[in-house]
Parts: sequence; C-alpha cells; structure tokens
Amino acid sequence: MSAGSQIPADSAAPAGKAPGMQAEAARRADVRRNILLTTPALIVLFFAASGPLLIMLVYSFLRPGDYGGVQWTFATDGWASVFLQRDIFDDTLSVADAHLSIFWRSVKLSILTTFTALVLGFPTAYFIATRPVESRNLWLFLITIPFWTNLLIRTFAIMEVIRNQGLINNILTGLGLIDEPIQMLFTDFAIMLGMTYVYLPLMVLPIYASMEKFDFRLVEAGYDLYATRLRVLRRIILPLVKPGVVAGSILVFIPSLGAYVTPRVLGGGKNMMLGNLISLQFGQGRNWPLGAALSLTLLLIVMVALLYYVRSVGKAESHHG
Amino acid sequence: MGVEGCWIMAVREEATAIDGHNVSKIFGTGANSVAALDDVSVSIRQNEFFTLLGPSGCGKTTLLRLIAGFDTPTAGTILLEGNDISLLPPYSRPVNTVFQSYALFPHMTVAGNIAFGLEMLGKPKPEIDDTVERMLQLVQMEHLKSRRTSEISGGQQQRVALARALAPHPRVLLLDEPLSALDYKLRKEMQIELKRLQNETGITFVFVTHDQEEALTMSDRIAVMEHGKILQVGSPREIYDHPAERFVADFIGDSNFLTADLTSVSGSSAQLKLPSGKAMTASLPDGAFSKGPATIVIRPEHARLTRKKSGAAMSGTLENIVYIGTDTQYHLKLPEGTAFVVRSQNRRDAQEDYTIGDELGIEISANAVQVLRD
Ligand SMILES: Nc1ncnc2c1ncn2[C@@H]1O[C@H](COP(=O)(O)OP(=O)(O)O)[C@@H](O)[C@H]1O
Ligand SMILES: [Mg+2]
Repeated sequence: MSAGSQIPADSAAPAGKAPGMQAEAARRADVRRNILLTTPALIVLFFAASGPLLIMLVYSFLRPGDYGGVQWTFATDGWASVFLQRDIFDDTLSVADAHLSIFWRSVKLSILTTFTALVLGFPTAYFIATRPVESRNLWLFLITIPFWTNLLIRTFAIMEVIRNQGLINNILTGLGLIDEPIQMLFTDFAIMLGMTYVYLPLMVLPIYASMEKFDFRLVEAGYDLYATRLRVLRRIILPLVKPGVVAGSILVFIPSLGAYVTPRVLGGGKNMMLGNLISLQFGQGRNWPLGAALSLTLLLIVMVALLYYVRSVGKAESHHG
Repeated sequence: MGVEGCWIMAVREEATAIDGHNVSKIFGTGANSVAALDDVSVSIRQNEFFTLLGPSGCGKTTLLRLIAGFDTPTAGTILLEGNDISLLPPYSRPVNTVFQSYALFPHMTVAGNIAFGLEMLGKPKPEIDDTVERMLQLVQMEHLKSRRTSEISGGQQQRVALARALAPHPRVLLLDEPLSALDYKLRKEMQIELKRLQNETGITFVFVTHDQEEALTMSDRIAVMEHGKILQVGSPREIYDHPAERFVADFIGDSNFLTADLTSVSGSSAQLKLPSGKAMTASLPDGAFSKGPATIVIRPEHARLTRKKSGAAMSGTLENIVYIGTDTQYHLKLPEGTAFVVRSQNRRDAQEDYTIGDELGIEISANAVQVLRD
C-alpha cells in the first residue's frame, strides 16, 4: 500500500530507467508518510518526557528561591548537596550521611520488594497458566481486583492489618503467642510489605504472559530425560519464561525505587525513601534545585540498574547455548 | 543418579521388557469419566519392535504415557524387566519417549538437546561429548549440531528427537506417532531409518501408529487396540492372515465378511459350510467355538474369479470393476445379496476380460477362510 503503487500503470514512462524512477518516488513518498505518522508521537514524547526533564535539568543548576521556586543564577549547589553537606558552623564539607542512607534504603527495599514479588508472583503465574483455558481469565481478573481500589486506601488497609492494635497482633495476642505487640508498622519491613502487595500484579501479569506461550509438553520431555522437578524449572521453564521475569522485575523495581505513598504511610516520618526526600525538597525544604538534582539522580540509578540487569540476563542467556 | 546402574543389576536373561498386568486408566470421575484403558494386559519382549495400532482415541497414547510415567494407572501394574515401575516418576525410569510434537527444547542447540538426558544422568563431560557425536552420526545430523532447533526442518527435528531419546540408551524407547507429521516420502524414509536404528541399538521399541500399513511393514509384533482394549497381539502376518475379531480384520486390509455354518470344530481349525453350500476348511482363533453360525472373513486377494461356476466355492454377479494400477477390484453380489470383492493382480499376459453383469464363479485359496470371534 505504498503511495507509489497508486500511480496508474499507464502513466509510467514507456521504457528504460522509468521503473527505477518510480521506485525512487515511491520510496520518498514512504519516508514522507512515515514522518507524518510519527509526528504525533514525537510531539507527545517531547512535551511529556523530554520537556519536563529539560526543565528539571535547568532547575538543578540554579539557586533556590527563598520561598520555593528558583533564582535564575547558575549554581552547582543543588548537585553538590545530593551527596555532600556543608557544616553550618565551620563551613566544612562532609558526606551527606542522611541522603546516602535514604538512597541505600530505597535501593535495598526496592531489590527486596522485587525479589519477594518474584518469589510470590512466579508460582502464581505458573498456577494460572496451568489452569484450564476457560478458568484462566477468572484468575487473571482476581489478580487485577486490587487495582480497582485507590492506592492510599489499600495502603491504609495494610496499616490496619499490621499496626500494634491491628489484625495480626490482636490474633497473636489472643492466641497467647505473644505478650507485647510486634512493632511492624513504621519499619522497613512495613514498607516492603506494602510495596510488594501493591506491585505484585505487575510481576504476575508479564510472567503469566510468557508462561501462556510456554509449551508445557517440554516439562514432560524434561522429566522423560531424567530431569527432576527443580532441574526442569531451572533448565527448561526459567530460560523460556525469562522475558516475562525480566519485564516483571523491571515493572516492580522502577516504581518501588520512586515510591512515595507507601513509605510515607507505612514508614512513618523517619523511614524515608527517595520519593519522600524529593517531595520534601519541593515542599518544606524549599530547595527546588536539590529536588531536581535528586530526581535526576534517581533516573540515573534506574537507567544504570536496568542496563546492568538486561546485560547480565543477556549474558546468562548466551551461556546456555 | 544411578538410574542405569540399578537397572543393569535387575536385568534377567529371559525377562520381558514391559509387562502390563490388568492395567486400567480412568480419566475424570462420575458420569463423565472415560476409561481410556480397560483392563489391558500386554507383554513386550526385549529387543522387539512392538507396535500399538488402533484408531484415534483407542488409548494408545494413554498406554505409552503410563509406561513413560507421565500418568499412573488407575488399576493394575506395569513391570519393566520384572520390576514394578507403576509408581516411579518418569525421571527414575530408564525409558525415553519420542513425542508426537517432538518437544525439542527451543533454547538449546541440536547438540544441547541430545546432551540433555546424559547431563541429567550426571555423565562425565567427555562421555557426553562422545555419545552426542555418535548420536549425531547415527541420525546423520553432524553438520547441523550447532543449529537452534527452530532453524531445522521437520524431518530433521524428527531425527534430533530420536537422537535425544536414544542418547541415554534407555531400556525401552517409546514412540508416539513419530512419523505422522511428515510427508509421504519422508515418512517412508524414516520408517526404514527407524528399523535400522532399532537393529543397530538393540533397544526395545514401542511404536504407536494409526496407520495399518506402517504397522505391518515395521513391526515384529502388533497389538491392535479398540476402545481401551487390546483385541489381538501377533506378528504382522498373523494379524493380517488370521485376524481374531471383525474389528481387527476390518481395520487392517480389505475384508469380505460372510456368515457360515460351522459343522465341526477341532483345535485351531474347523469345517464349515459357506452360504453357497460348499464345504471348506477354516482357521479358528483362540477361544471356545461350537457348531452353528459364525462370521468368517476372506481377503479379496485370496479369492479368484472363474467363468466355470460349477466347481467354484461360490458364485456371484459382477457389479463393478475398479482399476487401481497394480490390481483390479471386482465387486460382486452373491445370490443371497451380500457384497463380495475379489482383487486380482494386473498382468500383461492372459488377463481375463470380464464385463459387468457376468455371472462368475469365485474360487477361494486353501487356508484363506478365517473364523472370527464375536
Ligand atoms: N488427560 C485426559 N483427560 C481426559 N480424557 C483423556 C485424557 N487423555 C486421554 N483421554 C481420553 O482417553 C481416550 C484415549 O485417548 P488416547 O490415549 O490419547 O488415544 P489415542 O492416542 O489412541 O488416540 C480418549 O477418549 C481421550 O479423550
Ligand atoms: Mg495419541
């Protein structure tokens, strides 16, 4: 359906180089059409993605305004204070321990969340993919039900379950298993639990998508060739559903790293994650350049982590040859 | 893993390869339960090419899966060289399968697929490499060993599936309609190839097919199945010449069925009277027979047409002539209204010229009449 094919046959020049010219014209028409077709996407990409990023980049090199906002003078303080802090008494520079520990907690909790979601999500996806075709949609539907409820409400629900006078502690006390309630709320564990709960479907769905394409007769072939269950999982199932595992891990890791609501509600004030630190700079902190620099740092971490992950997965793949 | 080790100890000289005792497999429960296998007993000898033959849905795959260990029997036991394996998981049975769908591992190369079973058995690397090379040679795939399985043709995938299943040198190789996905010419080639492989490796083959011609040309013995039961087991010649039941005769080759009157019964032969009144000697299958009416079968090629009606066993009216290249089929109607087909080989010399409507005599070769069980 190229534009060239619409030229009536009799309008083509009678002989010689005519076919070549016609092909060239068709090619150019194709290019023109392709540019037109991609324009809307390019516009959206610029205004929705690159534009805001550019603004952030500019802001990160400015001076903070006294009441928020920025002063339009060049400064590198925003970037410097991502990792360094200036002592208010003697003006010496030292490493910003508080920021580092927040970075570390964010990465650690995101990795833990991704891992837990994988451990829970993989068997779930396997379970759904091995159901009869008619009932799979029902199971998938059940998996997506939590999405219907507002994130904040779900997070408060978890709070209700794990707080000191909450469901778990009440049951344990009632059974006489513990005397003092176990402090779960406002800990890193609470944050991880909350994020795992919220992002689990993002792990299950892509793994299910690749398992659905997996030919389960290969499992029998594996058993037939003396592979035990664990070896069938490692040597046959995992390598073939890896694209789903990779996609699920990325989909869980990225939002975990930038999570705001869950650490805010379940971590209390003191167990901050990156999202909270950034929001603080644009709010009470009144340090927009630092906020912008922190946001870009987060972006960099995600990109580096992704590159590393995709590379290492690719390498493991080629090992099996 | 020691799977092989413990099996070598258990091999006895005269042991059969597979023994199924009263094996049943019922799928589902209650009203919609299906008896895929119904009290089947079968004995498969060492080193034989044993074929399960029957129409689709008769339970061939089910029996194979019970031997492989993918399913467990609802009742009965399965012995491998005298050891009860009914409840062993598939990875503990020295039995390998060539799947109908091949089920090659798409993320591994041809060589990787063949090596898989040996790796799982914990064989040392040099031995694995060695065996893989030998297997590649055996199925003539050396030049494609580093290809992905998606990058080779169907016939080549078939060979890889064979090599992969043969590499661990199983006690029994199970093949579930392995040739059904191939085109005619390739199928013929692979039939010969399979026979050769069985001879060279000396492994017991249990082969499943619904193609009677394939079964007849390849097998040492055939088990004909219907509705979850084995109706008859025997050499291709026994099955073809002496079918025991109407279904067997009907499923394999062309048949003329008649009702005859048994006049005397002794051992494996009987005297009977054809509907035409002519007395004949016939073979009897196993089982109890008494005098009286019985169904008999006569193969079309075991009958001959003649213009002399007087001495012939039967007579009939020629209704149709079908030319099929090597043979010609003559469709006749007997006086009592039954259809009867005579097949005769086309020869250049002395070919009789019959025309439709002729009244002809039908001669029947000696030993060509077989009585059937009901
Ligand atoms: N997993 C199963 N669940 C229910 N019924 C089955 C199952 N496997 C086979 N059957 C039924 O058992 C019968 C025999 O099947 P199968 O052994 O596959 O036949 P064949 O291989 O001879 O074509 C069929 O009626 C089939 O529908
Ligand atoms: Mg089958």
